[in-house]
Order: sequence, then structure tokens, then C-alpha cells
Amino acid sequence: MDLNELLQIKEKELAAQKPHTLRCCMAAGCMSSNSQAVKDGLEKAVADAGLSNQVEVRGVGCMKLCCQGPLVQADPAGALYERVTPPDAASIVGTLLGGATHVGKGDPHDPFFTKQLSIVLANSGVVDPERIESYLAADGYTGLHEVLHEMTPKDVVEGLVKSGLRGRGGAGFPTGLKWGTVAKSPGEKKYVICNADEGDPGAFMDRSVLESDPHSVLEGMAIAAYAVGADQGFIYVRAEYPLAISRLQTAIRQAKQMGLLGSAIFESPFNFNIDIRIGAGAFVCGEETALMASVEGKRGTPRPRPPFPAESGLWGCPTLINNVETFANVPAIIRRGADWFASIGTEKSKGTKVFALAGKIKNTGLIEVPMGTRLRDIVEQMGGGAPDGGRIKAVQTGGPSGGCIPADALDTPVDYESLTKLGSIMGSGGMIVMDQTTNMVEIARFFMEFCMDESCGKCIPCRAGTVQMHHLLTKIIERKATLRDLAKLEELCDMVKHTSLCGLGQTAPNPTVSTLRFFRHEYLELLQPDTHGPHGNGAVTQPPVPA
Amino acid sequence: MAAKTLTIDGKEVSAAEGATILEAASDAGITLPTLCHLEGVYDVGACRMCLVEIAGTPKLLPACTTQVSEGMNVTTTSERLQQYRKMILELLFAERNHVCAVCVANGHCELQTLAYRQGMDHVRYDYCFPKWDVDITHPLYGMDHNRCILCTRCVRVCWHIEGAGTKNVAGRGAKAQIITDLFQPWGESDTCTNCGKCVMSCPTGALFYRGATVGEMERDRSKLEFIVTAREKKQWIP
Ligand SMILES: Cc1cc2nc3c(=O)[nH]c(=O)nc-3n(C[C@H](O)[C@H](O)[C@H](O)COP(=O)(O)O)c2cc1C
Ligand code: SF4
Ligand code: SF4
Ligand code: FES
Repeated sequence: MDLNELLQIKEKELAAQKPHTLRCCMAAGCMSSNSQAVKDGLEKAVADAGLSNQVEVRGVGCMKLCCQGPLVQADPAGALYERVTPPDAASIVGTLLGGATHVGKGDPHDPFFTKQLSIVLANSGVVDPERIESYLAADGYTGLHEVLHEMTPKDVVEGLVKSGLRGRGGAGFPTGLKWGTVAKSPGEKKYVICNADEGDPGAFMDRSVLESDPHSVLEGMAIAAYAVGADQGFIYVRAEYPLAISRLQTAIRQAKQMGLLGSAIFESPFNFNIDIRIGAGAFVCGEETALMASVEGKRGTPRPRPPFPAESGLWGCPTLINNVETFANVPAIIRRGADWFASIGTEKSKGTKVFALAGKIKNTGLIEVPMGTRLRDIVEQMGGGAPDGGRIKAVQTGGPSGGCIPADALDTPVDYESLTKLGSIMGSGGMIVMDQTTNMVEIARFFMEFCMDESCGKCIPCRAGTVQMHHLLTKIIERKATLRDLAKLEELCDMVKHTSLCGLGQTAPNPTVSTLRFFRHEYLELLQPDTHGPHGNGAVTQPPVPA
Repeated sequence: MAAKTLTIDGKEVSAAEGATILEAASDAGITLPTLCHLEGVYDVGACRMCLVEIAGTPKLLPACTTQVSEGMNVTTTSERLQQYRKMILELLFAERNHVCAVCVANGHCELQTLAYRQGMDHVRYDYCFPKWDVDITHPLYGMDHNRCILCTRCVRVCWHIEGAGTKNVAGRGAKAQIITDLFQPWGESDTCTNCGKCVMSCPTGALFYRGATVGEMERDRSKLEFIVTAREKKQWIP
């Protein structure tokens, strides 16, 4: 494959476009409410109406407003149909012939859509994730071509540094810096890993990207591999994402057939293969050193860093590991330039961030917003506020490693530093909205229970500390705790944070610490007077016995 | 090999490049509390007893897995570190059933000794009292999960000194446990060579010789050391 052939495929694909397109969401959210049958129905209705030459029914990835699925959008008219059922198909097709339809329509001019800025999700809901031609028509793989034929690996790394892209997997480490370290690490063999383990409760950004636009991730990985000097890549996907896995398999097969992966890519000396590794559903396997142990076929437990994967990763070789969304940003940065990317966002947080908006909010689904967007704009304008006249009490970001931001801090811009200052983190993009009915101590216990269940058990502070913190939170909720217990809880939070081996334990106290910071009175209201004297233990209770 | 100079607890120390802080400290006569560390097998940095403060590094790092570097300034005992160590020990005692008075290792237990040394005179956390099994299916040895602290010394010894690969870890979090082969009773293991190295390595009363009763479980580590030294110095290669 050379550039000419690539452009020919693109032209052919564009030329074959029919006057009308009905895009039907085929991502996991809508598919769980029967969108496959809707798509089949639309295809049949098109054929029945004799419109096969006029109308294309295209299965696409996530169209973002997941709560109203299955979604169907008509081009070029723009009408967005919500909660479509298979019997609705005929009347939707009928509208193309001037008919009317009773099917509920969404407003594509709602702030939910208009305030979004799509880079990572630019192809989501537009291209057919199962056809590489569809991605090529959207300028796919031209970034890889440019890199291989017009840039040195060093140029690519410098470009990434200049773009200001930071890791979207949680910690926000500067991506260019990481690529540069791997590129400089001595070693014949290097690896690139895409972290698609996405285990945060409520988060589904990475899944959506993989289901909606798998090639952008493959292209991003290939560009990274060229930059750091790797010839083998792995995508580590959790087994709970069968659709993402099958789309990835299809995408890898198609890219190989076209010579966009494999040997001598774009007739250059660059070789790169990608294999999929499937995780067995342990949250801790998203932690990079545990993930690599798992890829090597070992028990997925973290190991102390240093050495960092960039120096010694998979099988001791220098390894680049980035998140799905991080890689998905890369092709656009190459195509449109580092300056363009760096012009979006805030001083220290560039580009956009995808969030999975969930909880007590009207519009739930996927949003992609420029860094620096105020939380208030996200939850009140885009999310439409709390449903049924509720009042928003807090917004949780960062999942089990994050914190709860109280409603009076909603004017905070969404960027790495501002969220950290509030005791939360950007995290991978889960955003859970809570209303006045939410008990914050319960929230703290929910996340602590998650960490307790997901702790790998390797180090003592996390393994035994989460059990005791969970027990103390339960004691508080059951109104059996005293001030002394609260002091013990806070002391444990500090200790587990500072002594645990990996990020899971180090951040497990965060939801508790942040709710204690902003909603302390809710804890205090549940406490009992200390009746057991100065050395008493409060009520005598027993932590849960592991089965 | 280049030597590195560093300061440990205010003391100027030199150590070989690649040495760990734990090794450097020990050469300088500074003892650090350890539980998962065992001479002769690689370190995993799991128990967190040996955490130290390093000037300029925001995170506490385990001395057993962190290599020395030039000009490093290490503090091994501070009020904060001592407090954390005590809490870790308390967590261990609350986690399983460490009833010293009726334990085979009473008086010869590293956990007990450390608790004394760190001044852990009581446990402030509620005891979990879990119900764990005792595996006495093996003709020579027994395993009491109630006493296990999951240091994985036995696993590392079994894989990397004996090379049998019998011992392993299954489950996660508080439910993690040491298993033999594919979670079979020890006595039914096809891979166990009856070498007893795991028993020699165990810091607590979790692994014991059958027949040992309260306080009788003394361990002879000299065999482990003998093999490891012979191997490292290639003493058996003519
Ligand atoms: C307990 C734990 C779970 C994690 N899970 C994920 C995950 O599911 N996906 C991810 O990309 N990063 C996850 N991370 C972060 C990774 O360790 C790593 O930092 C990240 O993949 C680096 O990619 P980035 O630089 O592109 O963000 C997790 C970290 C911890 C401590
Ligand atoms: S912090 Fe928790 S998850 Fe991480 S190594 Fe320790 S026990 Fe395992
Ligand atoms: S059995 Fe002994 S050596 Fe093995 S993990 Fe448990 S305490 Fe450590
Ligand atoms: S001895 Fe260093 S962490 Fe256990």
C-alpha cells in the first residue's frame, strides 16, 4: 500500500456514498437495547421502499446520548431519532420520501451536543467501525503515512511533547516525555501496550472508543511504535468487553490485509504487529506493572517502581504503555499539528477529555469537552441537571481513586491540577453526579468496598488496611462508631495512602478523605458518644470474615 | 563496579552499584525491620516494613527493592515511619488468628519478634477472626493458614531455590491464600519434592514440621544459605 492507493480507496468510498445515510448506533449501549434489530429493520424498510440506491444504512459507533438509545441519525437532514424500536423503521425510512413519523426526536442543537468538541470521538457515530474503508474515507492512516515518510522518530516525539498531550489513563503523565524515555532506553526489542482494562465503576469511554473507532487506536499505536522503535504491540482488553474485542480483531485483520500493520508498512522498513490480550476482570490488572505481569502469563500483581516500564517492562524490555484515549488522540495530532492541539484546553492540560456522564442527571452518556470546561457547564447545561427537580449535591470523578466535588465548587474548570487541588483526580473519565438523596458516607463505603474486593493482596497496608477502613465505615453507617473510630479511620487513610505498593492502595482512601473534607458533618451525625472509657473500643463488633 | 556514596541515618556509607538500600544499611550495621525479605531469593517489596524516607523523593520506598544512588540521603527511622510500621503490624495481627500462646512458633517467630521490637503492645483494630483451614495432608509438613502473613517467601523459595513450583498464591485481597499445585491438598501434590525449604523460609508458625508443638518450631536457615551461596559462587561446578 502506498499513499496513492490509500487515497484511491478514500475517493472510491466517498464516491460510493448514497444521497441519504441512516446511521444506526451499534455500540454496546444501544445494542443492549436491541439496535441490531433496528438496523435490520431499517435495511429491510429501505429495500421494501425500493430505496437501496438512495439510502445507506450504516452501523456506527456511539452517538453519545446513550440514555436515549437506540439512536438513529439521518444524513444530511440531521434528524436524531431516539429510543427507536424495530417497528419504527418503516416510518423513519418514510420520512426520506416526505412522510411523517411519530418516533421521538432529539435536538441535535441541545448543549449536550453543541458544547462537545470531538477529537477522540470525531469518528464515533460517523464511521462504520467494522469497515476499514470507512475509516480511510475519514483520512485514516494518513497520519501514519506522514510519520513514516516525512518524519524521524525524534520528530514524532518532539511533536508529541509540543502538543502537550498528557496520559488519559488517570495520572496525566506527559505523553511525549514518556515516548522520549522509551525511545532513549537502550534495547533491541521494545514493546507498545495499549491499556484497555478500564475497570473504574461507571466508566465506559475506552470501550466506546474501541467499539466505535478501533482503527484510530491502532494507528496511534503504530505511530507510537515508530517513535519509540518497537515492532510488537499488545492491547490489553478486559474480557467483559466482547464487542470491543471482536471489533479490534476485525480491525487488526483488515489493517493487516491492507498492509497497514505487519511488515514493511507503507513500503517503509517499519514493521509492527498488534496482538490482543484479554484480561480476566481484575481491576488491579489496569495498573501497568500488574498488566505487564498478566501479559507475560503471570499472576497480575503490581511490582515496585522503579524500574519504570519505560526502562524495564514486558520481559525486561523497554515498554511504552498508554491508555486507549491517549493513543486515539495521536493520529489527529499528527494530521492537524501539535500547535493546533496545544491551542485547545488550558495552560497545563491540553486537548479534550472524554467523560462517561452517569448518575443523577438527565442526559447520561458520553461527552468530549475541551480541558478547562467548567464542571457546572458539564452537569447543568450538557447534562441537563438533576432529573425530577432534584438538587445536585456532588460530582464524583476518578472513580475509586478519586473524590467527590461538592456542588459549591462546580465552577472549577476540568483540568488535571484543579481537580487534584480539590482532592479528586481527573481519572480515566468516569463522572458520577449525585443529588441530595445521596449519603456521602455510603459513597465512601461503596468505593472502599470496591478497593477491598479488588486489592490484589500483595502488600499489607492495602490488603488488611482496606478491610479495616471498610469495617470502620460500616460501623459509622450502622451508628456504632465513636469519635475514636473516626480518628482511627483518618489515621488509616493516611497510612494506607503513603505505604501501599501500587496506585490502588495509594488512592483507595481518596473517596473517604474527600467526603470527610467536604461532608464531615454527615459522618459526625452518625457518631455515638464514647461510653467505654478513655481506652475503650466503642461498640464491640467484628469485621467481615472473608469467605 | 562503581561504588556509590550515600548517607543513611546521618552516616556516610558506601555501597556497590546495584546494591539495595537494605544491603547498604546492613553493611553499615543498621538493621531495618523486614518481613517479606529473605536472603537468597529476589525481593518483592510487599510487606512495607522496610519503607524508608529518601530526601527529595515524595514517596516512601522499600529499602529491599530500591537501589542505592550517588548522594542519596536515607532516613530509616523517623516517628512517622515507626508509627506506620506499628500500624502495619497491628493490621497483620487483626487480619488472621495470631494466637502466640498456642502457636508452634511462639518464641521463634519473626512477626512476634518484630512486634516486640516495634513496641506494638496492643492491637487497636477489631480482630477479623477469619476461619481458615489447617492442611496436614502432607506426611512431613503442615500449613496453618491462620498464621500466614502472605509474605510469599515460601513461594519464592519453592520456585527459585528448589525449582519445584509447588507453592503459589490464589485469590486476591483478604481472600488471597497460599496454595499447593492447582489448589490441591499438599499431601496430594505431584510436584512437591518434600525438600522442606518452604518450612525453613516461613517467618511465622504458618508452615511447620508435623509433630512440632507449641514453641517448638525453630527453623534452620543454614541449608537455604548453603545452597544459595554454593550456587552464587558456582561451588558445585568443577
Ligand atoms: C489500580 C489501577 C488501575 C488502573 N487502571 C487503568 C485502566 O483501566 N486503564 C488505563 O489506561 N490506566 C489504568 N491505570 C493507570 C496505568 O497504570 C497507567 O498509568 C496508564 O495506563 C498509563 O497510560 P497514560 O499515560 O496514557 O495515562 C491504573 C492504575 C492503577 C493504579
Ligand atoms: S496496593 Fe493493593 S493492589 Fe497494589 S500491590 Fe498492594 S495489595 Fe496489591
Ligand atoms: S506460609 Fe509462611 S512463608 Fe508462606 S506466605 Fe505464609 S507466612 Fe509467608
Ligand atoms: S522487607 Fe522490604 S517490603 Fe518487605
